Amino acid sequence: MTMKPLNTFHFASPATFYPLAGRLQPLFALLALALAAAGLYVGFFVAPTDAQQGEGYRIIFVHVPTSWMAMFLYCVMAFWAAVGLVFNTRLASMMASAIAPTGAMFALLSLLTGSLWGKPMWGTWWVWDARLTSTLILLFLYLGFLALQAAVDDPRRADKAGAILALVGVVNVPIIYFSVKWWNTLHQGASVSITKSSSMAQTMLLAMLLMALAFWMYSIAVALARVRNIILEREAHTEWVQHAMA
Amino acid sequence: MSLPGRPPGEQIPLVDAARSAKGAPWIVNAALVSLRRDLLLAARRRSEVLTALFFFVVVVSLFPLAIGPEPALLRRIGPGALWVAALLATLLGLPRLFAADHADGTLEQMALSPQPFALQMAGKVAAHWLLCGLPLVLLAPLLGLQFGLDGDAQGVLMLSLLIGTPLLSLIGAIGAALTLGVRGGGVLLSLLVLPLYIPALVFGAGSVEAEAAGLGVRGHLSVLGAMLALAVFFAPWATTAAVRVALE
Repeated sequence: MTMKPLNTFHFASPATFYPLAGRLQPLFALLALALAAAGLYVGFFVAPTDAQQGEGYRIIFVHVPTSWMAMFLYCVMAFWAAVGLVFNTRLASMMASAIAPTGAMFALLSLLTGSLWGKPMWGTWWVWDARLTSTLILLFLYLGFLALQAAVDDPRRADKAGAILALVGVVNVPIIYFSVKWWNTLHQGASVSITKSSSMAQTMLLAMLLMALAFWMYSIAVALARVRNIILEREAHTEWVQHAMA
Repeated sequence: MSLPGRPPGEQIPLVDAARSAKGAPWIVNAALVSLRRDLLLAARRRSEVLTALFFFVVVVSLFPLAIGPEPALLRRIGPGALWVAALLATLLGLPRLFAADHADGTLEQMALSPQPFALQMAGKVAAHWLLCGLPLVLLAPLLGLQFGLDGDAQGVLMLSLLIGTPLLSLIGAIGAALTLGVRGGGVLLSLLVLPLYIPALVFGAGSVEAEAAGLGVRGHLSVLGAMLALAVFFAPWATTAAVRVALE
């Protein structure tokens, strides 16, 4: 093997990552647009009408991917926060801060679309279902992370405090999920079940996966855009930023 | 962190006293000394501890006034109301946990001392529980009477609070350390900590309900105990890391 070993930390420096993020961001944005267009087309025009839920079920193509992304992004955020804490890399912490608002937005969207779906299907905007409740708590965890980072003036201190909170949160997410699930089954019978039939039409699944990928690409694009702003803000004193801004 | 020559920890006589205590494993002593110190400080300012207790009593008394005096309904909501009030009362004492020691530099000295910092923090958390948690456990039966809880429910409620309140102190200490010296710390603290309290609330209040439903309480209390065991092990480390961030 004569290949030069890849320097994994090459892009860990904000100065080298900034242009890379700038190049990657439009790519992911385009991918997000294309995938969303494909997903919406399949979802609205190809997927068949549901036998029980009629046309109203189609909100699933937005709702389920947002819920997935809300949970997934919390894990990604906690991962970057942990990397930032362990290796003391500024960029990893910036990534965590850049992902948090998008994750919070997805959690909120998931709750909103869920209640929009719930009204015609179950006849109520809100039920204390295990998934709804745990998504609500996930939103609280995101808000706590954002509020803590906003309240600390020193960015490095904010990074570390946020990282500890994200890690405590990520340990708690499964505990919260199962406790809420157990609480739910104890309190009320299975009056409402949002367990979908496993015999979901192939096209429905395809549309959902396409939308999930679209949201994924969107999250990357937005996180990259946001991390670029954070880099500029925090590295404003450096020569390369002043040069780039000049 | 140790400096050559005399360790800087000697500026706190109590902490220094721990090191001089030979024979007994002084590592455990570090926790005991900071526990004793916090208890001593609280004994000199009793009103602060009593305020949290009265808060608990007042909040619990608000529920019947808001919901109505119907005994069946009160019996139904009693455990939940007591648990929510316990959550809030514990929260009330949390900012005091580190704030004064942070302000006068004691916390810094503790971090610099050769004693294990995590154990000193564990001692502080234990003191917080003894001052804010244990009185709630002891007071709970009295308030339970107001809600018409019967003997068995009272016992389960006390037991669940006995296991649950240390858990609340341990988790809360992480939040208290994270918000140390931060703008709007008190409100922020509740935003950070309350979502993390939810599992304790679910199983704590749920245990009384399970008892009433004849389902048996062992499952609930076991889960509560398991969470406490986890928290006893991990929470002091997270608290220590958070305090170190605040001290930077």
